[in-house]
Amino acid sequence: MASREVEVQELDRVTIRFAGDSGDGSQLAGLQFTNTSALVGNDISTVPDFPAEIRAPAGSLPGVSAFQLSFSSYDIHTPGDAPDVLVALNPAALKTNLKDLPKGGTLIVNTDEFNEVNLKKAAYESNPLEDDSLAGYRVIEVPITSMNARALKDSGLNTKQVDRSKNLFALGVMFWLYERPLEPTLRWIEDKFSKNPAVANANAATLKAGYHFGETAEIFPVHYRVPKANLAPGRYRSITGNEATALGFVAASRLSGRPLFYGSYPITPASDILQELARFKNFGVKTFQAEDEIAAIGSAIGAAFGGSLGLTGTSGPGLALKSEALGLAVMVELPIVVAMIQRSGPSTGMPTKTEQADLLQVMYGRNGECPVAVVAPATPSECFAMAIEAFRIALRHMVPTVFLSDGYLGTSSEPWLLPSIADLPKIEVTFATNPATFRPYARDEETLARPWAVPGTPGLEHRIGGLEKSDVTGNVNYDGDNHDRMVRFRAEKVARIANDIPDVQVIGESEGKLLVLGWGSTYGPILTAVQRAQAQGLSVSCAQLRHLSPFPRNLGDVLSRFDRILIPEMNLGQLLLLVRARYLIDAVGLHQVTGRPFKISEIEEKIMELVPSRVTVS
Amino acid sequence: MTTEAKNEQVPLARKDFVSDQEVRWCPGCGDYSILAQTQKLMPDLGIPRENIVFISGIGCSSRLPYYMNTYGFHSIHGRAPTIATGLKASRPELQVWVVTGDGDGLSIGGNHLLHILRRNLDVVIILFNNRIYGLTKGQYSPTSEFGKRTKTSPLGTIDYPVNPLSVALGAEASFIARSIDIDVHHLLATLDRAVHHKGTSFVEVYQNCNVFNDGAFMEFVDKAVRPDRTITLEQGKPLIFGKDRNRGIRLNGTTPEIVELGNGITEADLLVHDETRPDPAIAYILARMQHPEYPVPMGVLRAVERPTYDDLMTRQIEDAISRDGEGDLEALLQEGDTWTVE
Repeated sequence: MASREVEVQELDRVTIRFAGDSGDGSQLAGLQFTNTSALVGNDISTVPDFPAEIRAPAGSLPGVSAFQLSFSSYDIHTPGDAPDVLVALNPAALKTNLKDLPKGGTLIVNTDEFNEVNLKKAAYESNPLEDDSLAGYRVIEVPITSMNARALKDSGLNTKQVDRSKNLFALGVMFWLYERPLEPTLRWIEDKFSKNPAVANANAATLKAGYHFGETAEIFPVHYRVPKANLAPGRYRSITGNEATALGFVAASRLSGRPLFYGSYPITPASDILQELARFKNFGVKTFQAEDEIAAIGSAIGAAFGGSLGLTGTSGPGLALKSEALGLAVMVELPIVVAMIQRSGPSTGMPTKTEQADLLQVMYGRNGECPVAVVAPATPSECFAMAIEAFRIALRHMVPTVFLSDGYLGTSSEPWLLPSIADLPKIEVTFATNPATFRPYARDEETLARPWAVPGTPGLEHRIGGLEKSDVTGNVNYDGDNHDRMVRFRAEKVARIANDIPDVQVIGESEGKLLVLGWGSTYGPILTAVQRAQAQGLSVSCAQLRHLSPFPRNLGDVLSRFDRILIPEMNLGQLLLLVRARYLIDAVGLHQVTGRPFKISEIEEKIMELVPSRVTVS
Repeated sequence: MTTEAKNEQVPLARKDFVSDQEVRWCPGCGDYSILAQTQKLMPDLGIPRENIVFISGIGCSSRLPYYMNTYGFHSIHGRAPTIATGLKASRPELQVWVVTGDGDGLSIGGNHLLHILRRNLDVVIILFNNRIYGLTKGQYSPTSEFGKRTKTSPLGTIDYPVNPLSVALGAEASFIARSIDIDVHHLLATLDRAVHHKGTSFVEVYQNCNVFNDGAFMEFVDKAVRPDRTITLEQGKPLIFGKDRNRGIRLNGTTPEIVELGNGITEADLLVHDETRPDPAIAYILARMQHPEYPVPMGVLRAVERPTYDDLMTRQIEDAISRDGEGDLEALLQEGDTWTVE
């Protein structure tokens, strides 16, 4: 095929959204585009958008699945506010995603699917490709289904099998449009379908056909180049938050020399962690798919009693069920970790959508004074280090620790600069062994941790449980003064973790008009919005809390150096409540519970409102 | 690991298993007997004290771990099987006991009981059945007789009771037995059988709550009537009962019937007890024989071999290591496509 002359335009960042029926393979196309972009040196950031239904009726609005990715020639922290290009594989995908495509954006539509039946399923009264409703977008019509079928007419596959490859035709077109190599995806196809050469050949053929179509068909006047990003040197892989979380827990097991036991009940969006950890049996990882959320945490407590790293994972509804047992872990002072991947609530809420509205549940959702430690990763790759940090804290301080992530962090991906094993923190574990000195509730002077005495240790036979304990001996005790002392010990033990965690860092000037304080997955949009404001010369800094219980020691001091504090959260102001109560400052919130991450522009607007750009110098 | 540490002197007496905690059950409670037989059994097991763990939920029965001089965990209501599962699965070399009651095990913790039984985790479960809520002072329990008047059922319960052994059979339990608090020899022998079974051993003990449900079982467990109103199951032996050992159980189709020996009826006509029968149908028939229609069966109803959960889990890990080698963290982190930025 002869190449035609096409203009090449250089861009520094492009955001693409693949959207189609959940059976159309949008996720796969998006992932392949992402991996290829990472391999050619771009920075990347992605976010999937799954329907809650496993397989809603084909072509229907609830059945639409989408995958957004951003790739760039500079360091990016979010998958983009809005797509530059929307690939709509059917009318339903167009209908549900078009509102996010800014006017002037590129719309690539699979015209073959815009038939009467599909239009009706998507509740279109007239064909949007024929009325004027798409005026203002750059609409590129590609008959993807039929072109794919034509490319595979001699493949030997049946119609249904052929149709399944159409996402790869679309991917091929996109690869051409953005100058991406086909080789990584061809390698992946070969590997994935090694046992089914007919399917492998068909997928490879249609991918190439899509690419050549882009090249030869005169529908794209230009194609685009996004140069390499200037990332820190080293070895990278692309990773989602949940994958990094699972790896972090395996690493914690290795670093502490204790086996990992993961008890969990499947729940969106935490199930990935159970699936991942179940693969790591040769690391001695034991995974237990429990009968329910309570059994899951019970098993983790049992494993921790026995000297393993006791881990459970869940999301909001599951944590509600676990709360009594988490209180038991607080009472018996065993070092379990709860990986809590938040989703939209209350109740079943919107399982596949993200939210940060469980912070207060994690902090206070138990009977009695029941403090736990809480850590919160800020980016997908950081989940690795914070999973290790969760166990480091739990083990050193003998305190149940919550690793607080969310669906957006868990399912989105970014490049991960692989750490050197030697640089990972050492986790020391000491078991009590001396019957002469052992007292079940004697406390370490520095941390107030009680000794960890595991069954099998001669002479240390003792009983623990949920009833209040006598100070030192751990025997059952209903004395009010003893209870008062023990409640304060448990609180102070968590408070003293502050001596063992890093200070919160300010990005930007250490004092000024506005500090934007964030936690969890809002980091990306906050950082980018603040950097934009700083570029305009505004007196704005930001800080990210990775430890929420206890807070870093310097937090009060940091907050006091700014005129105003803004706390954007995907809830109605939960960290805001904690910060206002603790530091008696008039912080303001920016709240959103739409089930999607903040846009950079939303935070930017709030910053502009609080720090007008016409700053008068006094 | 510390479990491999040798304990030079394996305790040999019951007193070595008595903890320093004052026992706080009501005087006359059936729990004392169960505790005594459990402590009495321990020395004969030849297992170092430190390798034994008693785990309980909430209720009068669940206080038992405090009184055992072993490792113990008095957890939360109904959840002892979950903690036992985490402990046993992660430390299969320990001997783990679960102590529960009719409320703890069959009401709030019913789900966990079902699942620990079907998984066949290698633990012993003793369910103290007193057919009442004792610790909360006298409300009806899931095993209370239909129509029972209690503080929360002044006009009588309208809840049909569950039969613990039927539930256990339905949950695919591999070992099921029943005993009585006041029949101490039988109780000791039953616990001994249970602890030597590989897999989940489920033992229901009829236990008298002398404060809130006194005499609940007396109509058939009282010494004077026990031989006529209970039947002791013995492996391979025909089902014979009665003070004079002159009555037996014959199956008529799937219905058990009481027959008098003699007049042409011999032992050969009776049901012969086989606890190892893979099909649980006969065990189910036995489990449902109740007073006053039938003598109540005591002893081991079912004891079949099935792989244990803890063994299977250990084996999968060993197989994975021998197949793939001991996990290499560095290699794991670099799984999949990686690229290098210069």
